[in-house]
Amino acid sequence: MTARFAVGDRVRVDDRTPPGHIRTPWYIRGKSGVVADMVGAFADPEDSARGGDGLPERPLYRVRFRQTVAWPDYAGDGRDTVDIEIFEHWLEPESG
Amino acid sequence: MSTNVDDHDHDHARTFVPDEEDSLGQYAIVEMAVRELLIEKGVFSADEFRQGLEVFDKAGPHLGARAVARAWTDPAYKESLLSDGSAAVKEFGVDMNLTELYVVENTPRVHNVIVCTLCSCYPKPLLGAPPDWYKSRNYRSRMVREPRAVLAEFGTTLPDGVEVRVHDSTATMRYMVLPMRPEGTADLTREQLEALVNRDAMIGVTVVPAP
Repeated sequence: MTARFAVGDRVRVDDRTPPGHIRTPWYIRGKSGVVADMVGAFADPEDSARGGDGLPERPLYRVRFRQTVAWPDYAGDGRDTVDIEIFEHWLEPESG
Repeated sequence: MSTNVDDHDHDHARTFVPDEEDSLGQYAIVEMAVRELLIEKGVFSADEFRQGLEVFDKAGPHLGARAVARAWTDPAYKESLLSDGSAAVKEFGVDMNLTELYVVENTPRVHNVIVCTLCSCYPKPLLGAPPDWYKSRNYRSRMVREPRAVLAEFGTTLPDGVEVRVHDSTATMRYMVLPMRPEGTADLTREQLEALVNRDAMIGVTVVPAP
């Protein structure tokens, strides 16, 4: 498995809205963050939920977002962050 | 108000409370039906099903507390807990099964807190069943949206300059917070430290108080 992104890369979450079992939360679609960790490759839960085998396994990242990016009206400290696990097929380079 | 026994106008048919609830929810009925079919078809036995439940029953915050107290007192263990949580808790007989344990460390600069906005993912093999509030829509929707307000409701007010980092448990990882070791505990044994660690601090909604 070749990981497309490295820790520190800026990435943007796709904002598509496919039907089915999706592990990418709505609130973060279309938002940009930084790859905080690459935790391995795992079966794709979207395919597993359709009765598939989930293969090929897909790289899974922990992406860190500023809360002020996740929620433009965020009321807390501007340094606050949210880390979310996101599969590679939901990520694009931020500039891409 | 009348005390006349003939003045007896409430309806027993409506006030009668049955011994058992007779309206199982749809999911409960589906679970029972599928479970019974799987047992009937020999996919697993009733005994194996019971054993599976017992694995969850035996887990609980005491297991997480052991890992935390050991990490506080053994720098090499702390390093392995943070780099490969699943392997580090295997030493206590904890099997994370199809998930992986990801431990996040609280520091004077960063306070971590765990939520699962999509459902109720929780490190059950390590911490046991989650508290009801962890599964509530209130917690799941608000912890990611206004974490400082929710932390304050748990009595947790963080000093200025501390970053709050929410971890939304969306896929394969299951999270535990490694809380900061409180002041005034230098003389405590590992067992005494274990007793200080509580479930909520390992979810990140509280800190471990000084003894």
